[in-house]
Order: sequence, then C-alpha cells, then structure tokens
Amino acid sequence: MNSQRREALKSGGALGLFGVLVAAGLITPEVAQAAWDKAAFDAKTMDDALKALGAGKPADSKDVQINAPDIAENGAVVPVAVKSTLPGTEFIAILIEKNPSMLAASFTLPEGTAADVSTRVKMGQTSNVFALVKAGGSFYMTTKEIKVTLGGCGG
Amino acid sequence: MSMHRREFLQLLALAGAGGMTLHSDFARAAAAAGQMYELPRFGNVSLLHMTDCHAQLMPIYFREPDVNLGIGDMAGRAPHLVGEKLLKQFGIAPGTPQAHAFTYLDFAQAAKTYGKVGGFAHLATLVKRMKASRPGALLLDGGDTWQGSGLSLWTKGQDMVDACKLLGVDVMTGHWEFTYGAERVKQIVDGDFAGKIDFVAQNVKTTDFGDQVFPPFVIRQINGVPVAIVGQAFPYTPIANPRYFTPEWSFGINDESMQEHVDAARAKGAQVVVVLSHNGMDVDIKMASRVRGIDAIMGGHTHDGVPAPVVVKNGGGQTLVTNAGSNGKFLGVLDFDVKGGMVSDFRYHLLPVFSNLIPADADMTALVTKMRAPHEAKLNEKLAVTEGLLYRRGNFNGSFDQLILDGLMKMKDAEIAFSPGFRWGTSLLPGDAITMENLLDQTAITYPYTTLTPMTGEFIKTVLEDVCDNLFNPDPYYQQGGDMVRVGGLQYRCDPTAKMGSRISGMTLNGKPLEAAKTYRVAGWAPVSEEARNAGGEPIWDLMARYLKDVKTVKPIKLNLPELQGVAGNPGMA
Repeated sequence: MNSQRREALKSGGALGLFGVLVAAGLITPEVAQAAWDKAAFDAKTMDDALKALGAGKPADSKDVQINAPDIAENGAVVPVAVKSTLPGTEFIAILIEKNPSMLAASFTLPEGTAADVSTRVKMGQTSNVFALVKAGGSFYMTTKEIKVTLGGCGG
Repeated sequence: MSMHRREFLQLLALAGAGGMTLHSDFARAAAAAGQMYELPRFGNVSLLHMTDCHAQLMPIYFREPDVNLGIGDMAGRAPHLVGEKLLKQFGIAPGTPQAHAFTYLDFAQAAKTYGKVGGFAHLATLVKRMKASRPGALLLDGGDTWQGSGLSLWTKGQDMVDACKLLGVDVMTGHWEFTYGAERVKQIVDGDFAGKIDFVAQNVKTTDFGDQVFPPFVIRQINGVPVAIVGQAFPYTPIANPRYFTPEWSFGINDESMQEHVDAARAKGAQVVVVLSHNGMDVDIKMASRVRGIDAIMGGHTHDGVPAPVVVKNGGGQTLVTNAGSNGKFLGVLDFDVKGGMVSDFRYHLLPVFSNLIPADADMTALVTKMRAPHEAKLNEKLAVTEGLLYRRGNFNGSFDQLILDGLMKMKDAEIAFSPGFRWGTSLLPGDAITMENLLDQTAITYPYTTLTPMTGEFIKTVLEDVCDNLFNPDPYYQQGGDMVRVGGLQYRCDPTAKMGSRISGMTLNGKPLEAAKTYRVAGWAPVSEEARNAGGEPIWDLMARYLKDVKTVKPIKLNLPELQGVAGNPGMA
C-alpha cells in the first residue's frame, strides 16, 4: 500500500503536491487564496509578525507541542509538526526567528478539526522555531531550537 | 552497580597477589588476567554486546583518549573521565592489564607488555565461551562494523557481513553501514542477513511518509523469557556523513517514537526491553531519563570503554546505560535475573579482548585468512616507519591526524588543513612500519576526496564554531558525537564552556592574526557535499601514500593543539 501511495504521488510529481491536491479536489485555489495573509507573511520581526496575526504577546503553553528534529538533516526542507491539546484550537502558525520573513506557515482549522498539523520549512541557520496557537480566542506559544549545521566530521 | 565493582576489586586483589602490577612479568600477569574471562553465570537472561569494531578483523592496538571533556551536566561524569581519574572512579589498580585497556597511561610500554587487542578470531573464542556459560545469550552488534578498513571498503562490507554471521551476531543496528548507500544496506539486510541477523532501527523512516525502513524491534526468547531488542541507529547519519547515500531515509533521535515502540514491545509480552543504540553515550543517558520502560541501553558511537553502567532514574524506574568501546577491543556481558516477569537484578562486565590471552578460533582464522588472501600484497605494502606513537582518539588532535594534516598541507601546498574528528582508527607503536593497511585504517571511507578550498578567515571561524558546537553543546541532543576537527597550520584558543559562536578566539597563522576578509588556502578531505563528490578529488590514501613514501621515516610528531580555556581541573583531561 505504501509503495502504491508513493507511486501515485510520484506520477503526480509534475504537478507538485499542491497541484495533486487541487486536482483531487481536496483543496480549491480559492480556499488557498483566502488563507493568504500578506502582512503577516511579509513581517520582518517577531513583534511585527505577531502583531499582523493579532497575537500580541502570547502566553507560553505546555499544551502546544512542536515535533521537529533537534538538528535539521536538510535546512531546505525541515519537517515541523505542531500539535495543540488546547480546547477550541482554531489557528496554528509556525514562525522561524532567524528567517528573513518569520512566518513560515499558518493553518486555519475549521471547528472539530484535530489540531495536529505538519509541514516543511526552509531554514538558513540555527534558529528558535515558534508554534503559535489561537484557542478559545486567546493566543499561546511554544518554542524549540532547531540547529542547522555545516555537517561532516561525525564519529 | 556496587556488586560488580566489588567483583572487579576482588579480581584486582587476586591480580595483585599474582604480581600482575609489573608490566615486565607478563606470564604471571597473564595467568591472573586470564581469570577475568572466567565469569560465573548470573541470572537467566544474558546479552553480549560488541560495537564500533570498524571492520578490524585482525588484532590491533588502540589507545584510549587523554582528552574527553564533558561540559555542563556531563562534566566529570562517565564517559568524560580519562587516565587516573577513570581508574579511581571505577576502582581499577594502575599498572594492570585493565588499566591498560581502559586508559592511555604509559601506552606504548604497556602495549608492548600486554600485546594487541581484539581480532575476530579471538573475539569468536570469547563469544563461544560466554555463550557456553550463558545458554541462550544473544550477541548484539551496535554497528560501525562494515567500515574502517581497506578490506571492508573494497568488498563493500562483505568481509564483515560474512565474519559477523560466523561470529553469531543475532541483532544489529547501524551508522557507517549507511555510507555504502541505501541499496547496499538493503541488499545485505534482505539477503545475507535474512533469517539470521535482525537489523533493527526504530528511528530510520522514509522522508516522504515516515514509514519504517527496518523493523523497529525484535522479540527473542531467552530461556523462556521474551526479550525485546529495540534498534536506535545513529540519529545524525545524513548530517555527519553525506546525505546523498540515503536521500530517501530520515533519521533523528525521536524520543516519542522510541516510547511508542518500547510500549508496543511490552504490550507484546516482552519482560525485558533493551535498546541497542548508536546514539553516543551522552545522548543515551539523556534518552534514558526521558523514555520509560527500558531496562538497558547498550550503546556505542562515542567509543567510550566504560567499565560499569551508568544507572539513570526515570518515571518508569531505572535504566542502565553502557558503552562498549571500539575496534573489537571489548565485549560487554550483561546478565539479568528476571523474576515474576521483570528484571530483579543484574551484573555487567566490559571484558577487554587481549589477543594473547584468548586463543584464536580456528574457523574464524580460516575465514579471515581466506578473505584477506587476494588483498594481502596491497595491504602489506610498507609506506614508511614511525619513530613515535601514532594514534587518533582525543577531543582535539591525535598524532596520526597530525600526520595527515602535515601530508595535506605539503601535498596540496596549503597554509591550513582540516581533518575530520573521526573516533575510529587504530594505533601504531614507536618503530612500527606504516603499511597501506594502517593508512586505510585511518582513511577507508566511501567519500575520501581531498579538497583545496579558498576560505576567508571569517568562514574558517564559522567552521570551527560549528564543529565545536557539535562536540560541546551543553544539550547532548544537539551533539553529533565526533571529535573536534583537527587543524593544521592555524593556532587558536577554545573555550568549550562558552556559547555557540564565542568558543573560538585568538586565531593566528604563523604568528599573525587571521584576517576575517582575507582568503586562505585550506586543504581537507571527507567532504559531505554532492558537489565535492562530483569534483572528485584525489583519495586521501593515495595522497598520503605518496607523502609517506617520500618522508620514509616519520619523526615523533608535535601536535597542533588549541589553547584551552574554561576547563582547568576537568577530569576529562590528563
């Protein structure tokens, strides 16, 4: 089954993952467009990004978890997953402190959706990565350092 | 832990009575030391553990480090103890075979007295003895087995695969194995190993969907007790080594997934859960504090010969953490007494494999001889003679690394040279010939390209800081488990206790400060990038063979070492 799944995506590779999902009717371009928040994605500082997202100064929460490598295997595609166990989680964003534009991804979750998202982000250097969550009208945050190294020289 | 320490002291008392403290009195020392292999059986579940043999089929010398610094919580804690501090911590009398096995002290002289260590024929005899006295015992191989010699490189690991099957390895995990490429690993695991050796790794998953590439664990019955062995491959394989060898596999530490597999093994009835790990010892100790339900983590990677386990308390009780050295020098023996479905007591011994005290196994000798035969002439080619001791292991430099740096700078006409902080590589005694085999013991890798790169002073600082953080980050999960990059030509100061980016200072070249904007000619080898592979520089062994033949006699070597700050009194330093 796994190999079939892999082959199916490979055959759709020319379209890219997004294209496949559009083709499969899972995401419509209009939905993707609607989610675009230009001001937030253009923000160059953490304060600006948080402001553009309407988050202000979010409280740290242990109910938000980042699942990501401690050291990135490839800075160009670092897998980052965020899970929230806060009731009524409606929004999740991933921010990379040392990236030129901090906001890497944002997810708007329809009611009843499991608050568990994952994506891949690009990182040029070692940085704190923040997961921002909106739940019950308030914002919460957690952080994890992800190291980007030159590599080599191991054991 | 106190029990086997007491046994150790008893053994040492016997040894003392036998006059074993005198290096010159080898025969009597041997008689006393021979008793170290007469371990009475304990309990009902036994595991034998070898790790990081780095393809050393023949007996060799291996000098333990005189610098192995622990920073932060790791300062002064095993494995970060060297020399007399290690002997004191583990109650080992100086001047004994054990003291020689576990430390660098008086190395050249003691090595002449006690002879070589390891060798698969001797290891095979010891494994047979232990399996005979411990029915049902499993032999675990922690990896770094298929790489580290000319023969293993030329046969793509086949020599080690065949030797391990004859040795009776039951379960294995890996690291350098992956540098033969994913296809070769799969070929061996699915072919040669099928039905014989279980290759396990909970933390190797496909990059696309996160599917397991290998079984995460295996459950074997030992005297009616179900025992789970969970595999943990080296988490930073695609970072420390070229990613292009395993582009579709992802590694990482993955505590959460480790917990899931430990729980799954328990749910399937495992009464003992052991992790066969290639994390490195500091990572293992941290993992043992975070994951519940593991009875022992038997580890490798950092090549630490640690005489007794570190006992780590956690939410599920306690976990033993061991590390079994390298180069075939040691065999770990872990005995569990399992009662009422759980571990009630244990004994652990890390046995040095003294080749002169353990007769060679005839079948293994025959196999090794047969495999080496077509390559003997090339392996035995004499390149030079060394007047001093040559070794590699140590946080900052080793004399064999310095020799490589000197060769690189000379042959590449470079001002500065870098050589990777690998922890494998055997030792040579003063007066020994340096053969092609000895050179390949330091250099046999699948990405041996030498390079000459223009680098600015600023970039050189970045490189040193980056590697230094991989060694001294106060959180072991951010370390990669190698040693500091060896540096030729350039002098620098290093404060391992400082923060990333400010550990390196005072960089000078020929007495002049290094200039940030100026470009320098820097030689190196073992590049991890695909571009370097495509550029295809001369293999390091060819360059060094030319250099050594030219030099003929290698004078005692002066190490280029950084001036250390912030670590005075650290027991990880001689």
